[in-house]
Amino acid sequence: MTPRALVVGASHAGAQVAAGLRQHKWDGDIVLIGDEAALPYQRPPLSKAYLAGDMAVDALAIRGADFYAKQEITRRDGAVESIDRAAQQVELADGARLRYDRIALCTGARPRRLNAPGEDLEGVFYLRTSADVEAIRVAARTGGRAVIVGGGYVGLETAASLRKLGLEVIVLEAAERVLGRVTAPQVSAFYTRVHAEEGVEIRTGAAVEAFAGDRRVQEVVLAGGERIAADFVIIGIGVLPNTDLATTAGIVVDDGVVIDDRARTSDPLITAAGDCASHDMARYGRRIRLESVPSAGEQAKAAAATMCGKTKEIAALPWFWSDQYDLKLQIAGLNHGYDEIVVSGDPTRDRAFTCYYLREGQLIAADCINRPRDFIFSKQTISSGKEVDRAELERTDSRVGSSR
Amino acid sequence: MSSVTFVTHEGESHEVPLDDDRSLMQIAVDNGVPGIDGDCGGEAACGTCHIVVDPAWTDTVGMSTEVEEEMLAMNPERHPTSRLACQMTAAEKWDGLVVQVPEFQM
Ligand SMILES: Cc1cc2nc3c(=O)[nH]c(=O)nc-3n(C[C@H](O)[C@H](O)[C@H](O)COP(=O)(O)OP(=O)(O)OC[C@H]3O[C@@H](n4cnc5c(N)ncnc54)[C@H](O)[C@@H]3O)c2cc1C
Ligand code: FES
Repeated sequence: MTPRALVVGASHAGAQVAAGLRQHKWDGDIVLIGDEAALPYQRPPLSKAYLAGDMAVDALAIRGADFYAKQEITRRDGAVESIDRAAQQVELADGARLRYDRIALCTGARPRRLNAPGEDLEGVFYLRTSADVEAIRVAARTGGRAVIVGGGYVGLETAASLRKLGLEVIVLEAAERVLGRVTAPQVSAFYTRVHAEEGVEIRTGAAVEAFAGDRRVQEVVLAGGERIAADFVIIGIGVLPNTDLATTAGIVVDDGVVIDDRARTSDPLITAAGDCASHDMARYGRRIRLESVPSAGEQAKAAAATMCGKTKEIAALPWFWSDQYDLKLQIAGLNHGYDEIVVSGDPTRDRAFTCYYLREGQLIAADCINRPRDFIFSKQTISSGKEVDRAELERTDSRVGSSR
Repeated sequence: MSSVTFVTHEGESHEVPLDDDRSLMQIAVDNGVPGIDGDCGGEAACGTCHIVVDPAWTDTVGMSTEVEEEMLAMNPERHPTSRLACQMTAAEKWDGLVVQVPEFQM
């Protein structure tokens, strides 16, 4: 029988595993199973250019339909409901059973629910899929006021995009500052300032208790009773990994599906990659579940190699980006555990600066706003573990010699 | 049909159809050329689409733009004719173009 690889979940990680299997000369069938009924598409533009109307829907596809045909990757619509490891079969929602030799779990993540009363009213949205964005774009067409719940990257990007469409936008953040879990206070303050300059009101310490309205949402009710008028609401308070499939099959899960440096799960026939996976990262000495396209790609490449009996370790330094207005943020590394910050540039006045994070004198991460050179410099410096000179970090955009 | 050839670090040639009006990064990704990931989807934010243009072709395809320069300047694999493939929109007159894919992407 021809060997068969099943890839469950057809998004960034799944598409890369399928492509990687062919690059590593997988000698058999490849079936890419996804429950979104679309070619694998890019998620980052959903809150950025695509929401703002600057990108056509065709441009969302990660690869054209031809790619899958030419590479002999079979795409199958549907949700995998269970894995029978003893029989080496999966069962789909429509009852079909498929045997497998290898599986890659690329099931990603879903929005964390707020679970507030009134959440089911019309006009209350989450933002994860292209279908979500289509609905939001329809709501945005009539203009009015959008209330965004959650001041993380997705919430803030959404705010910027809707502002661009001419809507009135309010962001409600329950914590004391936006981006609180991911950046230094200076960076949070910077984004708060820019959003204010662009006409977005950010309210911190604002815990949402309920949504009110008659069929359609009209108001957001805060703890304490204050009511904020809304034409529609978008909730962006983080995601939860889709791990039910693995848990039910008895595969080890701890926050995400646990994987090693080669994307192997506790079952030798099964790998995992992307937002659903939790990776033991030697660099950080702990298990981390990353939610980013570059990490999904890196893990997917390792998974594809493993499935073909080859070795490719997950090693690349994590990085991330975010676009808001004219701000291009590029983040190198993870800042967890930093004990010192060096800022180059003036985040209280300018729109270009870098915030470096150090631990015990060593550079571990950098948030680079409109500073691509600093980003590349940081990525290289952190990856190589080279010593850095603090005074040099402070000098603006300086690795090419000139201060700007 | 017009074509473009990507030569990998190992010296493998990938001759693929040249699709007008698509970026060279998208063409590479659509055809599974190894070594070009296009992680950021073409926003000049990741540098994983770095290629080196055969010097004979620079007059036709042009040199790096300012946006690309910002991403390429600090890259150790940088060559005088380096470009970010996502910032290059393919044109009919590029038929026969040859570009190198560096050993390491950012
Ligand atoms: C609005 C938004 C903006 C973002 N911006 C950025 C950014 O700027 N930079 C960045 O790096 N990252 C960004 N991200 C995060 C990035 O999109 C994710 O890290 C990435 O999509 C992870 O890919 P994945 O393939 O692991 O999972 P997902 O993209 O979540 O895909 C998983 C797929 O599997 C399907 N699936 C799940 N279970 C099953 C099943 N049982 N059977 C069949 N199919 C199943 C799901 O429906 C889904 O299609 C953003 C995310 C969002 C939502
Ligand atoms: S695809 Fe990211 S820089 Fe070109």
